[in-house]
Amino acid sequence: MEMPLIEFKNVTKRFEDRTVLENVNLQIYEGQVTTIIGLSGSGKSVLLKHIIGLMKPDEGTILFRGKPLSTLKIKGSETSLIRISYMFQDNALFDSMTVYENIALPLRETTNLDKAEIDRRVMARIEQTELGEAAQRYPSELSGGMQKRAALARALVVDPQIVLFDEPTSGQDPVRKNAILSMIAQYQRKLGFTAILVSHEIPDVFFISNRILALYDRKIVFQGTPRELENFDHPFKDEVIRSMEGLRDELTGLYSKRQFKVLNHAHMERKTLGETYSVVVFTLGGLGAIIANFGHDAAQEAIRGMGLFVIKHFGAIGGFSTRRHTNEFVTVLPYSDQEEAESILKDFVLDFQAYEIPDLCAGARRPTEPGGSVEITVLAGIAQGQPNEEIDSIIDAAKNQQKEIARLRCDGRR
Amino acid sequence: MMLDEDKRDLSRGGPGRHLGAFLTVPFAVFGRSAIHWINSSGAAVIFFLLAFQKIFRPKQLSKIVQQVYYIGARSSLIIMLVGLFTGMVLGLQMHSALVNVGAQGYLGTIVALSLIRELGPVLTAIMITARAGSAITAEIGIQRISEQVDALATMRIDPLRYLVSPRIAAAILSFPVLTAMFDLVGIIGGYISGVLIMGANSGTYIYRVQASVEMKDITHGFVKAVVFAVVVSTVCCFQGYFAHMREDSHGAKAVGLATTSAVVLSCVLILLSDYIVTSLLI
Repeated sequence: MEMPLIEFKNVTKRFEDRTVLENVNLQIYEGQVTTIIGLSGSGKSVLLKHIIGLMKPDEGTILFRGKPLSTLKIKGSETSLIRISYMFQDNALFDSMTVYENIALPLRETTNLDKAEIDRRVMARIEQTELGEAAQRYPSELSGGMQKRAALARALVVDPQIVLFDEPTSGQDPVRKNAILSMIAQYQRKLGFTAILVSHEIPDVFFISNRILALYDRKIVFQGTPRELENFDHPFKDEVIRSMEGLRDELTGLYSKRQFKVLNHAHMERKTLGETYSVVVFTLGGLGAIIANFGHDAAQEAIRGMGLFVIKHFGAIGGFSTRRHTNEFVTVLPYSDQEEAESILKDFVLDFQAYEIPDLCAGARRPTEPGGSVEITVLAGIAQGQPNEEIDSIIDAAKNQQKEIARLRCDGRR
Repeated sequence: MMLDEDKRDLSRGGPGRHLGAFLTVPFAVFGRSAIHWINSSGAAVIFFLLAFQKIFRPKQLSKIVQQVYYIGARSSLIIMLVGLFTGMVLGLQMHSALVNVGAQGYLGTIVALSLIRELGPVLTAIMITARAGSAITAEIGIQRISEQVDALATMRIDPLRYLVSPRIAAAILSFPVLTAMFDLVGIIGGYISGVLIMGANSGTYIYRVQASVEMKDITHGFVKAVVFAVVVSTVCCFQGYFAHMREDSHGAKAVGLATTSAVVLSCVLILLSDYIVTSLLI
């Protein structure tokens, strides 16, 4: 069995007579995105601060690769044993320093790199986080999103093994929230660090997480994949998940996964055995190219545009839809068999090519971007099901039937 | 028949309990305050020692130079202004007093010795406290409450080394230099008011200054300046660094109160340590 990178064993933390963490046991694995969810004030940030060493447990042990964290050196230098970065909820940027100076600070203070090398590394992070124009500006002169990116660049500049994100999307609009999460996922894949997030953004955060840890009533009550969380039967699910997860996906306006399942269940209960219905699965391809050419915001705008178009087209004929993964949409057509669904999909494709393609490109294109072009593909697959069948298996069947229904080139020049 | 209330009162110690509390509460309050003060003083001493040893770590020079500019160079104008008027007032007051006893020839001695031995180090330290000490507390306090100090720790940058040590080093370097400037400008101020305005003899004034000031007076003045530098920089950095742990307030208000406490405490400790150092040196 894989050894956890970080393991909490019976960790308890008290503040005077208030116990915040009680016998917490958890495992975090290397190279994964692990998200800690829980209600506000439940001790998620306290848990994170134990990992970085800003707090010490009153009882219990924290292990790093099986060795007690308290016996290991944590440094930011090149020769360190563990390189951990922390992205604060409120960014904690130094307000008397420019963005460049903020990002360069850990390199200047903790390494012996020469000025040219520091400049190279800092500029590389600035480019990656699209902060080129803001490099010489002070944090107070930046928007909330740019401040987040500056904090992210500062956290990543030392090439950390582990990055801790304390509510990285707080106070952001839906597009920006998803853009930040997408950015974290992208860098995690690219740089291979272990990401540990504290977040309230359900379900958005599930799209990028390998593992979820649920903190409830001072303890970790769940550890597993987002999919396993769906089948988790615990008061946590009623009290926490449902309170955090709205009825609709904030970004696209589509139904949340939970609400989608409730609606599907209600429709299936009204059907008799033998009646059929259809499921369509759409996948928006080319998001990586949009991110590379036009940035994370543009990619989220494209997803948002696609979601809105799905609602507009299928909502009118009684269909209901949800977002299953970052770029995957599922629509149930409760009153249509496969043949009818295929006919509806043909209309959808015609409409999509006539009206949506220009909008999708406009959303995906940054107005200030002078050049560059990307290709976006839309795949769709249909499957027919019966009321007694599991919806997930019909969705999987539809996904297996997917073929390209549209291909569009978005040019940076208008 | 005994009422329930009386029974409860008796079980808690009876009416005598109130008298006991009346007598013990002041001692308890005094004791708590004393323990708090001793704790804080001990913590401040450890804080200074830890920060002082980190002055000599690598990558500190540029930060120290920067702080010498903020604490020292940018305070020089106000120090010279205060020194000038202090010397002028001394010249006026002493001249009129010495004329009454026919000893106006000693004006230079009195102005020079009072400035070099006492007024120079004390007033310089108080002026730097007001100008730079308060700014140090506010700056570190704001960095503390906005998690910038924690951010340093997460980046493996020792906050004491980065924020406190350069300020203590800069204060130790700047205070004696500013004190010397204060003394010099003060003696010139005494000359302006005593000689140029009140008509005392110029040669006598300069001769008395030269003849009465010994090396030990200057050394003692510098020793005081260094002691005040340690006191002011430690108190101001300590108050800002632990602004988030104040029990009387939180957030921006805590920074405001920490700044006030730093200035008041520094001024009191300057005068207290002045007496102690003088009694040891004299």
